[in-house]
Amino acid sequence: MEITVRGLWTLIHGIGFGALYLLACSGALVELYFFTHAPQPSETEPNRERFLKVYLIAMVVLAWFAVLTGAYVIYPWYRAIPPTGSIDLSLFPQRLLMSRSTTINWHSFGMEWKEYAAWFAPISITMVAFVFIRYGRDLRNHRQLRSAVLCFTLVSFLAAGVAGLFGALINKQAPVQGGHTIQLSGGEEK
Amino acid sequence: MNTSRPVISPNTPAIPNGSGAAAILSAGIGSFALAVLALAGDKSASAKNLLVFYKPTGPLSGVTTAAILIWLFTWGILEWRWRNRTVAVGRTNAIALILLGLSLLLTFPPVVDLF
Repeated sequence: MEITVRGLWTLIHGIGFGALYLLACSGALVELYFFTHAPQPSETEPNRERFLKVYLIAMVVLAWFAVLTGAYVIYPWYRAIPPTGSIDLSLFPQRLLMSRSTTINWHSFGMEWKEYAAWFAPISITMVAFVFIRYGRDLRNHRQLRSAVLCFTLVSFLAAGVAGLFGALINKQAPVQGGHTIQLSGGEEK
Repeated sequence: MNTSRPVISPNTPAIPNGSGAAAILSAGIGSFALAVLALAGDKSASAKNLLVFYKPTGPLSGVTTAAILIWLFTWGILEWRWRNRTVAVGRTNAIALILLGLSLLLTFPPVVDLF
């Protein structure tokens, strides 16, 4: 069982940061909604508020790591230009997708949408975390701030969803691969 | 001696809304800046070249770096001006959400192709 360095980075970016962020988004939406809409303060509220602050900070970190590894580690491998006359394009995913009419839209629609839309996620969630940390339970008294925070969290979720969906589908069509091979476990003869 | 403190109702905001409004509006402005720069990089060859801050990543590097700088700069200015103020948050929210909606539209490839 083995994996290439580029394959491992793609996993870290997609599953380690991206998918975890998507999972966290649904939790944040529910928790933000109920915390800021609760009519009466409860005894467990300070703990819940502290937990939600840490949770949102973790989401900010995940979102920024996801876009930064995507743009500066994986994307350069994706858009690498093959030497003139290359026939095997398997190490050049963008060129591989663009070489066939049946796959070109994975790049011209999927990647071109994903590469920019993904950045709305960290921008939005950073704002959401800041507002929650600054206002905490006082957000209950700011109905309009609360609504905007929930809207931006939802947009962050959708942006991350678009990025994650197209990332997975594009990587299925033209995987980012190459680099050193890491041996995960030795094979057994049957 | 009068030791009474002002009574704050549980429904009275303890913190003015200016700081939150600044964060929300600047997030809308930052997102819109990203979408406009992405469109410029897609439609103009000179803008595309100008936005290549890191060659392996291409114009994406310049689009996102410039948009983040615009976002943080706007946020800093608005936070400084509004931090202790109560502002018309309904209006700033509406502007932020319109900008966010336009950003989503302007990064959607079939819409980009209309320009």
